[in-house]
Amino acid sequence: MKQILLAASAAIILSAASASAADVKPAVVFDMGGKFDKSFNEGVYNGVEKFKAETGISYREFEVTNETQREQALRKMAQRGADPVVGVGFAQGPAMEKVAKEFPDTRFTIIDMVVDLPNVQSVVFKEQEGSFLVGALAAAASQSGKVGFVGGMDIPLIRRFACGYEQGAKHAGASTEVIQNMTGTTPAAWNDPSKGGELAKSQFDRGVDVVYAAAGGTGIGVYQAAKDSGKLAIGVDSNQNYLHPGTMLTSMLKRVDVAAYNAFKGAQDGTWKPGIQVLGLAEGGIDWALDEHNKGLITPEMQAMVDKVKADIIAGTITVHDYMSDNSCSY
Amino acid sequence: MDEFFVLLVSTLDATIRVATPLVLASLAGLYAERSGVIDIGLEGKMLASAFAAASAAYVMNSAWMGLLGGIGISVVLALVHGFACITHRGNQVVSGVAINILVAGLTVTLGIAWFSRGGQTPALTNDARFSPLIWPGAEALTGVPVIGALYSEIISGHNLLVYVAYLAVPLTWWVVYRTRFGLRLRAVGENPSAVDTAGISVTALRYQAMMCCGLLCGIAGTYLSTAQNAAFVKNMTAGQGFIALAAMIFGKWRPVPAMLACLLFGFLDAVANRIQGVKMPVVGEIPVQLIQALPYILTVILLAGFIGKAVAPKASGIPYVKER
Repeated sequence: MKQILLAASAAIILSAASASAADVKPAVVFDMGGKFDKSFNEGVYNGVEKFKAETGISYREFEVTNETQREQALRKMAQRGADPVVGVGFAQGPAMEKVAKEFPDTRFTIIDMVVDLPNVQSVVFKEQEGSFLVGALAAAASQSGKVGFVGGMDIPLIRRFACGYEQGAKHAGASTEVIQNMTGTTPAAWNDPSKGGELAKSQFDRGVDVVYAAAGGTGIGVYQAAKDSGKLAIGVDSNQNYLHPGTMLTSMLKRVDVAAYNAFKGAQDGTWKPGIQVLGLAEGGIDWALDEHNKGLITPEMQAMVDKVKADIIAGTITVHDYMSDNSCSY
Repeated sequence: MDEFFVLLVSTLDATIRVATPLVLASLAGLYAERSGVIDIGLEGKMLASAFAAASAAYVMNSAWMGLLGGIGISVVLALVHGFACITHRGNQVVSGVAINILVAGLTVTLGIAWFSRGGQTPALTNDARFSPLIWPGAEALTGVPVIGALYSEIISGHNLLVYVAYLAVPLTWWVVYRTRFGLRLRAVGENPSAVDTAGISVTALRYQAMMCCGLLCGIAGTYLSTAQNAAFVKNMTAGQGFIALAAMIFGKWRPVPAMLACLLFGFLDAVANRIQGVKMPVVGEIPVQLIQALPYILTVILLAGFIGKAVAPKASGIPYVKER
């Protein structure tokens, strides 16, 4: 009798456990750009598709097409009982802060932004580590010993990219000169490819032959200018090597696919935790891109050098200074 | 000295590239305002034509189709503005602002719907762009000091639309000051009832001026997305329409001074790009913010102190009501 009871209770617990696993109803709200934007959103899409393929659990999705839809979309997902709800990009921060307060029992994950609430998981990246890697590559690929950086809006986050890049370039060659330009001081600086192209050309005039852009849409102009002038450029956030095969040296990757996959997977197997998660090289959240579009530009020596730098950063023998920790680039 | 010369040449080269869309747009504004129609919508028309040009050039793989598309949409928008302001005597500023807002949203929405790239258009191949034209003898002259560099860098090596823009300046001067159409255009902006009394249709003249405006804005937008860049990016005009408007006022509604104002803005921009992050003698490194404010600060100083009073065409902004 006792045994039967035990077995029955075990069965109930088991079925409850499996029910809770099956109960995961994940949702994702893509940001402006949509899930096939060949960039940030597509990375998230790849991550959640991987989750779907592995577990067979489908997810709800919404593609935001204007700024007012972010809050509505997040709220609607929560109202329909979706859990966890993943928001993509820093622009969804304020909307998520509002909605997460309204639905304290729903788990939210925001990628590339910090929202400090007990039911929100914030995933951010150590951009300085990836920038260090591509900085080292840039210095190795440069013939002139001068490498350039074009930032978008002049904010601490972009200074963090610039600072990591400078450290990496100096690490690979102590005499490397790094020329930095910021596109502007207003949000228009994210969408000014003409200005980006002009900044890149002005750097080329000063002898730069590899340029790294962390500037959103402005970067498109930088990569184009590099192609038109026969110089090398480095992409950012997602793999942008395909844009101009032959002149894109590499791209600094933020593995948003890993972040999105982890959020869904964590919710499914119960390891999801609120709070801030910082993904760097060691966690596989940051990387550099090597694919069929740029393999001709990366020599075996360069690859070996980057692999060593990467291992050193992970092992802690190289420490990359974070600009945002003290708002200065002293390393 | 030699290094300074190289820097100067590259700065002047950049000036010409940067000022091109400004020159085209300020001439566009000149036609509109000379006829008595204020056009705040230069920015919107440029943006719309940049999008249309990039889309058409990508789909048909031809820069010329892009130009056609860019001019087409820009002329349509200019006529919409005309329909609101000339035919229906609506508020010209409101109509212009409406076009700017409409285009800013519509281009991104259509871009997302058609290309799924977050409002961007796919990058154009070199066949679908206006590529640099190398002038005869430019290669041979590169070795010659001073003249060689000036000729091969500054005069040669730009794309077709750049030359179109700078040729449009004397052409506009000729049209405005030396043709019958120009005389009537100036008259209709100053005193439309006199033109009407002479038996010339004010409405038709103003519509013609708006079409000229649309044509030039269309070329400016096409330059942005298919010559200077190789794709449309949302809001890529980044305020250049308004800078062109300022340049036109700066030039007191005259083509050559307007062009010079555009070149000044372009030059300041090119200089700002080059002195960012450079240690200057005496003052050291200049902060980014100050450098980027430089063109605007100089504009205010020049406008306040050196240019004198800018007087708009008298009937500018006033819808014409025929007396009955």
